[in-house]
Amino acid sequence: MNWLKKGRAKLSTIFRRERPTSEEVKWDTCVNCGQMIYHKEMVAAQYVCPHCGHHHKMPPKERFAALFDGASYDAIGVPKQADDPLKFRDKKKYVDRIKASRVETGEQDAVTVAEGKIGGIPAVVAIQSFAFMGGSLGIAAGDAFVAGALRAVNEKSAFVMITSSGGARMQEGILSLMQMPRTTVAVQMLREARLPYIVVLTDPTTGGVTASYAMLGDVQISEPGALIGFAGPRVIESTVREQLPKGFQRAEYLLEHGMIDMIVHRHDLAAKLGGLLNLLMGGRRDDRPAQLALPSPAKGKRAAAN
Amino acid sequence: MEAVLEFEKPIAELESKIRELKRLSDGGGVNVVDEVVRLEGKLEQLLRQTYKDLNPWQKTQVARHQRRPHFGDYLEGLFTDYTPLAGDRGFGDDQAILGGLARFRGEAVLVMGHEKGRDTETRLKHNFGMARPEGYRKAVRLMELADRFRLPLITLVDTAGAYPGVGAEERGQAEAIARSTEACLNLGVPLIACIVGEGGSGGAVALAAGNRVLMFEHAIYSVISPEGCASILWRSPDFAEVAATALKLTAQDLKRLKVIDDIVAEPLGGAHRDPAKAIDRLGTAIAGALDSLSGKSPETLRDERRRKFLAMGTAGVA
Ligand SMILES: [Zn+2]
Repeated sequence: MNWLKKGRAKLSTIFRRERPTSEEVKWDTCVNCGQMIYHKEMVAAQYVCPHCGHHHKMPPKERFAALFDGASYDAIGVPKQADDPLKFRDKKKYVDRIKASRVETGEQDAVTVAEGKIGGIPAVVAIQSFAFMGGSLGIAAGDAFVAGALRAVNEKSAFVMITSSGGARMQEGILSLMQMPRTTVAVQMLREARLPYIVVLTDPTTGGVTASYAMLGDVQISEPGALIGFAGPRVIESTVREQLPKGFQRAEYLLEHGMIDMIVHRHDLAAKLGGLLNLLMGGRRDDRPAQLALPSPAKGKRAAAN
Repeated sequence: MEAVLEFEKPIAELESKIRELKRLSDGGGVNVVDEVVRLEGKLEQLLRQTYKDLNPWQKTQVARHQRRPHFGDYLEGLFTDYTPLAGDRGFGDDQAILGGLARFRGEAVLVMGHEKGRDTETRLKHNFGMARPEGYRKAVRLMELADRFRLPLITLVDTAGAYPGVGAEERGQAEAIARSTEACLNLGVPLIACIVGEGGSGGAVALAAGNRVLMFEHAIYSVISPEGCASILWRSPDFAEVAATALKLTAQDLKRLKVIDDIVAEPLGGAHRDPAKAIDRLGTAIAGALDSLSGKSPETLRDERRRKFLAMGTAGVA
């Protein structure tokens, strides 16, 4: 248990348990095959069903631990902003929805960021958690994305974004929409610093998130079976009024249509990321701008004489 | 076929009364000049009163008004030598986003925008202004062209949103939108984005990440339509009016939130009542925006635009 000593993240927060006794005997049900699975077994399997291989949603802290070398990482702080800029209320007040999500998840907002090494390469990883208001993209999530990207640029680290989101956070109106160009600028900073930006799409990733940073990766990975799209399947169904093709908007369908590079099983993700980062960061790091070495064009008469 | 907006009904009644009187007087005999003048005064007062503080839902309807000027009208009113360019070089030519080379007040520019169409035939042709991936890929191609030839780019945004369809998804709608937004943010030439009608979600942003974002007084710009928002958060489209208010989608809200730079005043009674005047005012605003950016280097233009969008949501919110 070498990583116990090296692990900088507090174990108590990785394995936070409200009621340890009930947790010990908890059973989960696979949403795909319906099999009952001992919760501890599910955690050990990184929330992949041992019976059918279905990838369930995974809490961010457990993902960090699974991805970083030796489960060792540091959280990256995100500057906190005032909640609820529009004073939004629908059936409930938006501030109450945020509070409830914070209590439920133990996170500040939908995106959490940490840094460590993957395959020996320094990397910043941001994880979007569907459990926090559907992983919706608002200012706080934008802040976290930008903070992560900036950290990567400053430290010359790779940036890995693990997405899961229903799209923009409606309760922040236009300001949530503006997180699309905002996060895109952060992606451009990574590009210009020639640092790898790898996107791992997990179930589900749709809407404004897919239409911005989630589709701009240097390498696009998806977990098996993940739903990925711009419009949600129900919206499309009601627009086109016909049955959607089998497997529509699933990872395998996107791979077939050339929208992603690969589908990677969760158990292989850390190794695959490590391999990719080593290849991407293993090239000659020449910071001079690329220049074409062409002879200067011959001028009028001489060219004609030749 | 022309539906009169609910809140404009008293206005429409008065307008038809005036038209009727004028028709009578044209027939000769009856002198109704005084009465017409009186009613026209009343009409102006009514328009002023009604349009002084339209609520967000009323603005939504004005922004979508069928007689509001469209891309083609702006082209005709503000640009010369328009040379349309077509196609994404991969799949097809999307008629929901049009664009090409043109001159604006003598200067060579690239102009591009959504076209919704006006009647059944043109609406189908332009898919109601809802672009598919090839539309955004054409946009990227034109933006790169503008950049290469140092042509300022003017975009006219008027869309309910990107098209939600099977083919659109299959061909990578989300990726196409993301690349188009990124292309905006890469430009080394001025990008003046004008929200002229409906600025619907990602499909609008893809053309609107500009150095200057101008918006008509009664246009809307939102993360989701009021109807869509109501269906999701209130679980009923009947709450669209409430959602429109909650979403803060008016030009006045957006200026306060520092999402847009300038509001372009519409003629009394909205752009649909006097399209020529609306078009002219937009032209003046575009010229002013271009002037304010003249002489800036490509690097400065790119840098300023990126800084502006990197700060979105973090400034001016209180
Ligand atoms: Zn299963």
